[in-house]
Amino acid sequence: MNAVRVFFLGGAVSYRALFNWMQPVVYVPTMLAGPLFQILLFAYVGRASGVESDAFFVVGNAVQVAAMAGVFGVAMTIGGERWTQTLSLVLVSPANRLALFLGRALPLIVNGFILSWFGFAVGWAFLDFDPAARSLPALALCVATTAASCTAFGLVIGSFGLYAREIFVAANLAYMGLLIFCGVNVPLDALPQWMEAVSRGLPLTHGIEAARSIVGGAAISDVGGLLARELAVGAAYAAAAYVLLRAFEALGRRKASFETY
Amino acid sequence: MVRLFYAGWLFHLKNLSNSLFFVLISVLQPVIFASIAFFMYRSGQRPGTLLYVALGAGLMGIWSSTLFGSGGAIQWQRWQGTLEIVVAAPAPFLLVLVPLTLATATIGLYSIVTTLLWGRVFFGMPLAFAPPLQLAVALPATVVSLGLMGLLLASTFVLYRQASAFSNLLEYPVWLATGLLVPLSLLPGWVTWISWGLAPTWGIKAIRSAALGGGDAWGAIGMCVALGVVYLILGAVFMKNFERLARRRATLSLT
Repeated sequence: MNAVRVFFLGGAVSYRALFNWMQPVVYVPTMLAGPLFQILLFAYVGRASGVESDAFFVVGNAVQVAAMAGVFGVAMTIGGERWTQTLSLVLVSPANRLALFLGRALPLIVNGFILSWFGFAVGWAFLDFDPAARSLPALALCVATTAASCTAFGLVIGSFGLYAREIFVAANLAYMGLLIFCGVNVPLDALPQWMEAVSRGLPLTHGIEAARSIVGGAAISDVGGLLARELAVGAAYAAAAYVLLRAFEALGRRKASFETY
Repeated sequence: MVRLFYAGWLFHLKNLSNSLFFVLISVLQPVIFASIAFFMYRSGQRPGTLLYVALGAGLMGIWSSTLFGSGGAIQWQRWQGTLEIVVAAPAPFLLVLVPLTLATATIGLYSIVTTLLWGRVFFGMPLAFAPPLQLAVALPATVVSLGLMGLLLASTFVLYRQASAFSNLLEYPVWLATGLLVPLSLLPGWVTWISWGLAPTWGIKAIRSAALGGGDAWGAIGMCVALGVVYLILGAVFMKNFERLARRRATLSLT
């Protein structure tokens, strides 16, 4: 019961306290304006370079912005604890670690889901993007799956925050890595082979592919394999994150590094 | 005054160069954006534009480092506990701050160098520049105008506690509206009016004209200088106002 409380209440309080994203003055420029202009920028670069359609860039970037909430959000959850000097208080508590960290991840998955839909709305309003209404439920499933896998990836990045100080830099690198490797703006077959191979082990790649197929008219059954792979990738990162979080917690205790910032 | 200016600029240049975050946004981020653009232009069968893209991506780095460095300049001084000291020093606060904002634009030069090298080594981009005199003038003129734009950012962002959120807000729109990766002719007409008031528009025009030949490099350099003067005047007025209010309300040390 206590773990359930930690999961829901701890996650909600952490989200509000650490991010302050409930304030429109922070949420709007950071979480909405950023994705809006990211989508516009790449759609226009696409037009200038003569590669793919607006829909290609809208879907790729709208799904990718879920990673912004997932990767930066988790990194800042842990980095923020260090910054506010509460990390050692959190880790000295007897709370169930799985509930503690997954509880913090859940609002970020929801947030990523919302951001992606905001991205689709931007594409519909400003660019040549008009998906069929019947494709929207399947698109929602693609986005939810991808937001979850990106947040699992974010937990892996965030786990380093238990030991290292420059976690925000790592989160930036990870985010940009996803942008270039996962076929967000460059068709996978236009990337060098080694990059395409790496992309198969990253979140986003299969989710974006599935979402593009759905927008292109495919049925949900046609993209079941892609979504299963996206989920499998996410599950693998979630498992790795749990192991890393426990390992870095132990290392942080041994080296007394929770209070360095 | 010259010593103060040079020492301040050099100090902040070294300080920023030691920051992993600034290395990230002035070296790695432009390289990643340049790579994405290279792949896109190559995939779209327009590889002849690689140098055009590399220069644009380089200037994206200058804008990012100026935006994040200058936008948060005063707030950082607050956090470090040095704001009261520099305001109380006999030298005018403006003369202390301008070298800092110029330094944030200067480290953006790393991004020009890295994107050009990156394009040459990994994408086989030809580095065929027009005669270098114009480029030798265009680069510093661009850096100075962006640095002075940074002063304007520093003096206005200080009014908001969440300066970093505003920095996040402005990064992509300026990349888009100043024609760094996308020709302005592709954007709606009203964007052009906004772009004329932004130094990166003229900076990239000057650099591209100087590097690739063609275009009016000297005219664009002139616009960089003119805009720099306007930013300096506005920044000085806003900064004076900030200093007066902060002294009266005793808020310099509040974090």
